[in-house]
Amino acid sequence: MHVPDGFIDGPVSLGAGVVAAAAIGVALRGSRRELGDEKVAPLAGLVAAFVFAVQMLNFPVAAGTSGHLLGGVLAAVLVGPWTGVLCVAVVLLVQLFFADGGLTAYGVNVTCMAVATALVGWLVFRLALVVLPRRPGSVVPAAFLAALVSVPAAALAFTGIYALGGTADIPLGTLAAAMVGVHVLIGIGEAVITALVVSSVLAVRPDLVHGARGLVAARREAALRSAVTA
Amino acid sequence: MSGGHAHGGHLPRDSPVHRLPPECKLLAAVAFLLVVVSTPRGWWPAYAGYAVLLAAVAGLARVPVGTVLRRTVVEVPFVLFAVAIPFVARGPRIEVLGLSVSRPGLESAGTILAKATLGVLTSILLVATTEQRALLAGLERLRLPPRLVQIAAFMLRYAEVIAAELRRMRIARESRCFRARSVRAWRPLAHAAGALFVRCYERGERVHLAMLSRGYTGTMPAGPGAAAAPRSWAAVAVLPAAAGLVLAAVGTVLR
Repeated sequence: MHVPDGFIDGPVSLGAGVVAAAAIGVALRGSRRELGDEKVAPLAGLVAAFVFAVQMLNFPVAAGTSGHLLGGVLAAVLVGPWTGVLCVAVVLLVQLFFADGGLTAYGVNVTCMAVATALVGWLVFRLALVVLPRRPGSVVPAAFLAALVSVPAAALAFTGIYALGGTADIPLGTLAAAMVGVHVLIGIGEAVITALVVSSVLAVRPDLVHGARGLVAARREAALRSAVTA
Repeated sequence: MSGGHAHGGHLPRDSPVHRLPPECKLLAAVAFLLVVVSTPRGWWPAYAGYAVLLAAVAGLARVPVGTVLRRTVVEVPFVLFAVAIPFVARGPRIEVLGLSVSRPGLESAGTILAKATLGVLTSILLVATTEQRALLAGLERLRLPPRLVQIAAFMLRYAEVIAAELRRMRIARESRCFRARSVRAWRPLAHAAGALFVRCYERGERVHLAMLSRGYTGTMPAGPGAAAAPRSWAAVAVLPAAAGLVLAAVGTVLR
């Protein structure tokens, strides 16, 4: 759900806008490294269109209700963290054209849903890969954990912004508990779907999974070595 | 969140509002909303005044009120959230319809709803009077990084194509008697999402090659175009200025 206008006060909205602008600036530079300089616009554009479209895919939950993927961690694992931040930020920008999310709350939305989600998710993803065995398949549980943590992380980032510039006097403990509680549930769904999508891409085009790059190369090298020695 | 409206909300007309340069309208909308957002809690007459200003803009732009109101449904999930605020907020409690709610919480919820609605109405009017491509050009003229605007332009250009791809995959699934009823449907749906990603990425690579073959070097040849005339800036400044006047007037009356 997008934060609308008026939920966070003016100065903090502007402050979040500055944070978002800085993050987008860094992400533009990082994405150039991940995709290659003149490839950024078409590839990140198409991945953003993918994130936009995949949010329309409804996953049935129970009793006629359904949910959809948020896609921040999925994009980060598939195309790299900076391109992931960039794609979600662009999706949020275009959603403004559909009156989804407040114009003055764009910075808040980018900080929570693009920066917090993709960067916290990527950090968890890398940490998990350190612990898990070094093979391409490890990307799937790592993506699961990353997506699981990323959604409550976005909720916590929102609670933090609310603590600075919230306009209703809600006890922070209550807000944090409610936000994290609800988003842990959403995070479980996000984690399962993210892991399933990553595993399906890994099965057909392992070379396209940015998060598996070193691992796929390492496996190829190992296979080559054993073939040469045999 | 809202799905399935990749066509955008532009209503083609020939009105003074439609003719204004997009960057002027964008900045005016943001300035107007900053006034709205900075209005203190519970200043109801001010919110009413802002709504009247927006109604005047809608009238000037010849945008039907019914269309605007129908589009405010994007706000519904948030309304449910705002309704919870009076029950959890701090402060003296009062009885409303036999339920104990926080008085300042009720006021905050009303304020937040009013401001969020004004925000949604402003966005709807902005989008209804400005083409999406024009909005992107306006953003570029407002000095947003050209690369970011290019990505957004590619996304908008291909959103319909990708959504149609997704629709064809759904028809293919359903013609094989697939029905998404329970959690067990997640695996095939996730496979569809994975296939969609591969197709999107490969399409991106093809688009890139097509651009290279037409001499692309990292920048778009068109550029941001001419700057808006001072007259246009003066015209759009009326909206935030009027909102500021409403705020000042209500402030002197309420104090």
